Amino acid sequence: MSAHSPGLPAAVLGTGQTHHVARRTDVSMSGLCREAIDAAMADAGVGWDEIDAVVVGKAPDLFEGVMMPELMMADALGAVGKPLLRVHTAGSVGGSTAVVAASHIQSGRYRRVLAVAWEKQSESNAMWALSLPVPFTAPVGAGAGGYFAPHVRSYIRTTGAPEHVGAMVAVKDRLNGSINPHAHLKQPDLTVDKVLQGQMLWDPIRFDETCPSSDGACAIILGDAAAAEEVESTGRRVAWVHATALRTEPGTFAGRDYANPQASRDAAAALWAEAGITDPAEEIDAAEIYVPFSWFEPMWLESLGFAAPGEGWRMTESGATARDGSLPVNPSGGVMCSNPIGASGMLRFAEAARQVMGRAEEHQIPGARKALGHAYGGGSQFFSMWVVGSERRR
Amino acid sequence: MTPTAPRDVAVVGFAHARHTESTFGTTNGVEMLAPVFAECYRQTGLDRTDIDFWCSGSCDYLAGRAFSFISAVDTIGAVPPISESHVEMDAAWAFFEAYLKIATGQADTALVYGFGKASASTDLDSAMALQLDPYTVAPLWPGRHHIAALQARAGIDAGTWSEGAMASVAARATGRDERELLAEPYVADPLRRHDCPPVTDGAGAIILASGDRARELVDTPAYVTGIEHIADSAEFGARDLTDSPSARAAAVRATRSSGDRPDLGGVTVAELHTQYTHQELLLRSALGIGDHVAVTPSGGSLLADPLFSAGLERIGYAANDVMEGRTERALAHATSGHLLQQNLICLLEGRPA
Repeated sequence: MSAHSPGLPAAVLGTGQTHHVARRTDVSMSGLCREAIDAAMADAGVGWDEIDAVVVGKAPDLFEGVMMPELMMADALGAVGKPLLRVHTAGSVGGSTAVVAASHIQSGRYRRVLAVAWEKQSESNAMWALSLPVPFTAPVGAGAGGYFAPHVRSYIRTTGAPEHVGAMVAVKDRLNGSINPHAHLKQPDLTVDKVLQGQMLWDPIRFDETCPSSDGACAIILGDAAAAEEVESTGRRVAWVHATALRTEPGTFAGRDYANPQASRDAAAALWAEAGITDPAEEIDAAEIYVPFSWFEPMWLESLGFAAPGEGWRMTESGATARDGSLPVNPSGGVMCSNPIGASGMLRFAEAARQVMGRAEEHQIPGARKALGHAYGGGSQFFSMWVVGSERRR
Repeated sequence: MTPTAPRDVAVVGFAHARHTESTFGTTNGVEMLAPVFAECYRQTGLDRTDIDFWCSGSCDYLAGRAFSFISAVDTIGAVPPISESHVEMDAAWAFFEAYLKIATGQADTALVYGFGKASASTDLDSAMALQLDPYTVAPLWPGRHHIAALQARAGIDAGTWSEGAMASVAARATGRDERELLAEPYVADPLRRHDCPPVTDGAGAIILASGDRARELVDTPAYVTGIEHIADSAEFGARDLTDSPSARAAAVRATRSSGDRPDLGGVTVAELHTQYTHQELLLRSALGIGDHVAVTPSGGSLLADPLFSAGLERIGYAANDVMEGRTERALAHATSGHLLQQNLICLLEGRPA
C-alpha cells in the first residue's frame, strides 16, 4: 500500500450515550437511539439543521429481528432528507461507524455528521442469532465465550500468565464501571478471590470475567475544522481525530495467530504511524480497548504494541493499566461493564474522545491529551481503531 | 456541503455474475464473486494486493444468518490483512463509502462488491416485510408486491401514470407486446407479473481509483463528477408515494444544480434501479428525465433483480457506457428500502471534472 494522506481535519464535537441495562422496556429501538443522539447533540451544541449526514452502526439485524432497522427508524434518527448510511462490521461495527463518519468529514464533503450505534438485545435472542449453521464452517455452538475460550487458553499456555490476571482485569474494570453512571454492571466490592471462586463458564473464563448483554446506544457528532474551532471558541475542547485504521483478515487460514492476529498488529502499526506515535505506551494517556472477556486486556496490550509479545499480562499484573497506572485501560469500565454489542465499539471511541475533551466526569483521567479507541469483531478478524487528541494534529 | 470531494475519483472496472433464478452456490456469494473479481482484475491489470480499500454490501436476512459478509471475505483471500468495511445495504452504498475513502486520500484504489441469493429464501415476502416497523406494520406481513401496489395505485388514482404506461415500460424492457401484457391477470392489483421484478441471485463488483491512478489503468475512466444519497420517511402515510423528493434532492446535489430541479444537461444514459414499472415513470418525472435520454438500456431490475447488488450494477452499467464511449455523461441511480425510501444518484463523465 502506498503512503496516503489522512485527509482533511475532523474532530469529535460531542458524544452521548444511554444508561446501559439488561432490558430497556420503557423505550423502542428508536427511543433508545434518540436518547443517545439528543445527548450528543446537546453536548456538541448543534441543532438538526446543522447535521449533514447520518451514519448508523449495529451488529447483526437478527439480534433484534428487524431487517435494516435504520430504514424504519429514519424519522427518529433525524435522517429524513439527509444521507443515511448503515455500517455492519460485526462486533467492531461501533468503531467502524465512527471511522466511516470521520471519512465523511475528511473527504471534504460534509461539515457535521451524526454517527449512532446501538443494540437492544432484549428484543430478541442474540444466542439464537449467532447459532444458525453456516455451510462448510465450524459452528460456534456455545456463543462468543465458547469461541474465544480456546484463544485465551492458547494465550495462557504460550505466555505462562498466572490465573489471577484475568480476575485482576475483571476487578479493575468493574471498579471503574462503578464510578461510571452509564455503566450496566457496577460491582464496587468485587475482589480477585471472589472472581476466582465464581462459576467456570467456558474454561478458563469464569462468570465474572465475561461481559453482560445490554440494551444501549451511543452517538457521536463529528465536525470539520471550522465546526471544531467554533466549539473551541466557546472554551470547550473537541477531540481531534489524529488517525484511524481498519483491518480485516479471514476467520481461518494456515498459520493464523488467534491470540495475536496479524490484522490487529497491522491496524495498530498503521494507526501509530498515521498518528505520529513512536512509543504508544508512553504517548497514550488513556486507552479504551474492546475487552469482552477479561483476558483480552493482556492479549490486546501486546497486539497493540503497548507491551512486548508475552509481556501483556505482566503489564496488567503490575497495575499499570489501573486508573492511577501509567496506561489507564478502560477507565469507563469498558465492555466488561456494558455490552450493547453494536454500540460497544463506538462507546470505546466516544469514551476516548471524552477523556481528551475533559468531559469524562467521575472517570476522567487527569490531564489526558491523547487517547485510543479500539474495537474488534467476528472471530477476532475485524479491527477498527482511532487516536484522538485534545490538540489538532500538527 | 459540496457534491464532490476535492480529489477526483473514477470507475475503472466493472463485472457482475450471470443473472440466474437460482444458484447452487452458498449464500455468502463466494462462488459468484470469485470469477467477478478475476474479471475486474483483468480489466484493470490490478491484483488483489494492489487494492487499498474494500467495501461490500449485502444483507444478513437475505442470507438467513448473522454475519453473512464475514465468509464473503474468503473470496478476497485477505492474507495479508486488508483495509475493509461493509454496509448492510445495496452495494451502491458501499460504492459511496469507498468513494469517500479515496476522496479523503486514505486510499488510491478500492474494490466494491455486493451479493445476494434471493432464491435461498423460501418466502421472500416475509423476509422483506421484516424491513417494516416491527411494532406496528411487520406483524401484518404484507407481501412485497402488495406494498408496491399501494404506490402504483396511488399514481394511477392521481393521474400521474396509467396501467398502459406501466406496460409500455415492461414492453421496452422485455421486447413483448404491450397489448398482450395488459391482457394478463393481476399479481397485486394494479401490478401484473411484468410490472414486478423476478427473483434473481447475483453478485457484482466495481473497481474505483483516484483520478491520477485511473488514468494509468484505463483509457477512459468514468469520473464520478457528483454523487449523493438521501433518505425519505419510512411512514407510507407520511409520504407522497407518487413522488420521490429524496431522489430529486440527491440529483440536485449530484448535478450541482443551482435550482430545485436536477441539471441533467448532457446526460444521454440513465440507469435507474426501478424494481417496478411504475417506479421508472415516477423517477423520470421526479428527476426530469426527457425522452432523449436512454433509460436503463441494460434492462434493469425488470429483467434481473439481484438484491443488494442491483444498485451497484446500475452504476457499473452507466460507467461502462462512459468507459466504452457510448456516452460522455451518464446518470446512475440506486434505491434501498420499500417504495424508493432511499435513493442514490451518481453522475459519471468521460472527462475529468
